[in-house]
Amino acid sequence: MSELTGGPPLLQVRRLSVHHGQLQALRGVSLSLPAGNVQAMIGANGAGKSTLLRTIAGLHRPTAGSILLDGSDLSRMRPERRVAAGIALVPEGRRLFPSLTLQENLLVGRTSARPGPWNLDRVYDLFGWMRDRRSQHAAQLSGGEQQAVAIGRALLSNPRVLLLDELSLGLAPVVVRRIYDLLPQLIASGLTILLVEQDVSQAMRVASWVHCLLEGRITLAGAPADLTPAQIEGAYFGIGTGNGNGNGAPDGTTAAASGRPGSEGTPGAIA
Amino acid sequence: MIWVNTVVQGILLGGLYALFACGLSLMFGVMNVINLAHGDLAVSAAYIAIGVVAVTHVPAALSFLIVVPIFAVIGYVVQRTLFQAALNRSVLTTLLVTFGLSVVIENGLQQYLSANSHSIDIGSLVSDSFGIGSQITIAYLDLVVLMVAVVVLLGLQYFLSSTANGRLIRAVADDPEAAQLSGVSYRHVFGLAAAIAFGTVALAGLASGMMSQFGPTTGTDTLLLYAFEAVVIGGLGSLWGTLAGGILLGVAQQIGAQFSAADQVLAGQLLFLAILVLRPQGITSRREPA
Amino acid sequence: MSSVDQQPAASDAPLPPSAEPGEQVKVTRARRSTLWAGIAAIAVVAILGDLPYRVHSGTTSLLAQFFTLVVMASMWNLLAGYGGLVSVGQQAFIGLGAYFVLILAQHGVGPFLGILPAALLCGIVGLPVWWLVSRLRTGYFAITMWVIASVCELIISQISSLGGGTGTGLPGLPSNPTFLTAYTYWATLAVTVIVLAAVYYLLRSPVGLVLTAIRDDETGARSIGARVAWTQQLVFLVAAIGCGAAGALYIISQQFVEPLSAFSVQWSAEMIFITIIGGIGSIEGPILGTIVFFVLQQTLSNEGTWYFIILGLVAMVVAIWAPRGLWGLISDRFGIRLFPVGYWLRRPADGTLPAPKMPTDTQLTP
Repeated sequence: MSELTGGPPLLQVRRLSVHHGQLQALRGVSLSLPAGNVQAMIGANGAGKSTLLRTIAGLHRPTAGSILLDGSDLSRMRPERRVAAGIALVPEGRRLFPSLTLQENLLVGRTSARPGPWNLDRVYDLFGWMRDRRSQHAAQLSGGEQQAVAIGRALLSNPRVLLLDELSLGLAPVVVRRIYDLLPQLIASGLTILLVEQDVSQAMRVASWVHCLLEGRITLAGAPADLTPAQIEGAYFGIGTGNGNGNGAPDGTTAAASGRPGSEGTPGAIA
Repeated sequence: MIWVNTVVQGILLGGLYALFACGLSLMFGVMNVINLAHGDLAVSAAYIAIGVVAVTHVPAALSFLIVVPIFAVIGYVVQRTLFQAALNRSVLTTLLVTFGLSVVIENGLQQYLSANSHSIDIGSLVSDSFGIGSQITIAYLDLVVLMVAVVVLLGLQYFLSSTANGRLIRAVADDPEAAQLSGVSYRHVFGLAAAIAFGTVALAGLASGMMSQFGPTTGTDTLLLYAFEAVVIGGLGSLWGTLAGGILLGVAQQIGAQFSAADQVLAGQLLFLAILVLRPQGITSRREPA
Repeated sequence: MSSVDQQPAASDAPLPPSAEPGEQVKVTRARRSTLWAGIAAIAVVAILGDLPYRVHSGTTSLLAQFFTLVVMASMWNLLAGYGGLVSVGQQAFIGLGAYFVLILAQHGVGPFLGILPAALLCGIVGLPVWWLVSRLRTGYFAITMWVIASVCELIISQISSLGGGTGTGLPGLPSNPTFLTAYTYWATLAVTVIVLAAVYYLLRSPVGLVLTAIRDDETGARSIGARVAWTQQLVFLVAAIGCGAAGALYIISQQFVEPLSAFSVQWSAEMIFITIIGGIGSIEGPILGTIVFFVLQQTLSNEGTWYFIILGLVAMVVAIWAPRGLWGLISDRFGIRLFPVGYWLRRPADGTLPAPKMPTDTQLTP
């Protein structure tokens, strides 16, 4: 795992397997997230993307594999302690506290905050409209506004790794774009981002490395510029280009990408 | 004008019922636990107060200073251990476990203490009263208890709306998982809520123990059902709803008491059933409980 | 015994897609061991029926108590374990059953004849009660049933013709104590056998499938279109009738009734602890639980209510750490089922399952 951009990996996921009862949601997923990067996970519904983020955040216990933050194993840590360690998940569907006001929602994020640049004022600066509406109840906000508050809530814990789960869900494209346009500012403040996205074009636009998940396995990984639409389609749906059907899926990736590793398992393709 | 006095007595009683109910309501609203041992905890607190007074010779009226904090701590511990273990299984399990706890406490009390009824002796304070006009008599103790209940509810309301921990309790009540993701130990917050619930029910138990007789089975015979009825009548999710529910229950009971002792309890229960049929979310609430 | 056999086909005719010559897979309701269990059950009932001629009346009286508890626990198990309805108020129907027998006896219907009508009347009372509580969520349902029991108690305690608050004796019983004990015992045994048989056949029926689905996952059951509400109502009424019958037996055995004991929440405590410890969600569980209860009660009866405290503590522990109770532990370990309400899959002797044979192109084109 030598030639990585941006230094040693901040977050490492090694051969992670997760079961929901008898159903296996993740099968030996590995990825490596260097500090300061934005990586995206794409895939169809049910591929296991949210499960991956939720497992990193601590909501599911893996049946195999490990998660390392800056080299230390997170496996034993409860979700709230992982927040204190520097991992914050913005969950799918926003999940604001409906009976709390906007500001109160943000303040809850401060509970296990690490020292860092993000505070209430800075979040209000990032989202200019929030200051005036801070006493409104969360349930009265629009979808896009709720998404912003959810992000702000996660930011207030001053995470090192920000996990974004399906930001675009239920939002108009222009709203989604506006939110994603903020990502550079977040990166500049020292964050590293792993995002899950159904909207492939959006993911390709913002990320420097993209993984594709299918039925719990990573079927493709590479820099957006190096991936052809045909490759993505094949990896996304699991058809054509030698990927075979579900029974015969390769154990790692089939990326013909250049040797920039982001996922393990590409046999011999990395120099 | 005997009805005016009846209503006044009902209001006074309502304060006590609201104090009983707020702990039950809190535990149900925050962690979805219906604590069937709620009434027995109140009775235990009263018994412990008698013991504390006997040992330390603290004036009975001040016994709450010792008993309430003890119960708050017990509440935190029980929630984090027993109730959390049951919650991890299912909601059904918590119901069964609190029911088991209730039976164990009751039988335990019966084993070690006689089945006779007791009360907390506060001397003449029990019966001192003053009158308004010729028809209305207000016992000082009843008035004090009502005032204490209102103060406690106000305090609790302030705590929940304006402090950080109160905010956490509300957040966890909305969505424990999202709270976890925001760095909140929801188990700890559950413990806080339970501590408050146990503390308030202990206070209510002491007040009740001063106002009237109690025995080992008073908890399940009366107190639990009254607390639950007050919660349902008033509606979940609002402390003022709980106060309103307590007062309505008290008034209904006092009206029934004009007919017979059994009708006193019956009137409250019929009001409860009526609310359940006609307006199940309670008088003040907007949330659907059923 | 229904079975699905796949017979080997004649040699030259086109084969159905999934059969290979010589292979057989059977799906059955029961195994051979069940036949023996069935014979044993009949023998047991015969022996039990013979007992009053053999043993002291104290023993038969104790057994009658035992069986009454089995009935109650089975009903609570049906409600909670299969219907998903946790009630802390079944004592409402127990008390009503007792008082219906009293009313009938006061009007000349001999107590033993009154058992069936009293039970059915409880079922009828169950209809408006169900209408009242059916929409309530778990905890609310539980306590509301309790409130209803309390309401019944309060109303009856004000009716002086039924003895008011102090209670009254049951008229019309045989005066010979030996006969009384024996008749009570037989009546109890009969009710118990009928109730258990009814539960058994209910669970084997299509309704039973719905109940098992509800037991395993209520939301899932609804989502596949199972008639959950209708089934729950049925179970609620059956439980009302069963508890009513138990109440009828209670008043006969006590020869006396008062509201406080008849409608006491103690009944619920016993039903719940027995079922939790014995094993919720199986027919055998309540029976096993009652045995445990009785053993505890008899051995510790000198220590006051200690046995009940221990029972409560054990029930709490079992509820959290062994949610399917003692019977759950036993049947998981040894794979036995005394009352076959499930299905067994019998594999061919070599232990393999036939591989599905996919149709080839020639088979698809007619």
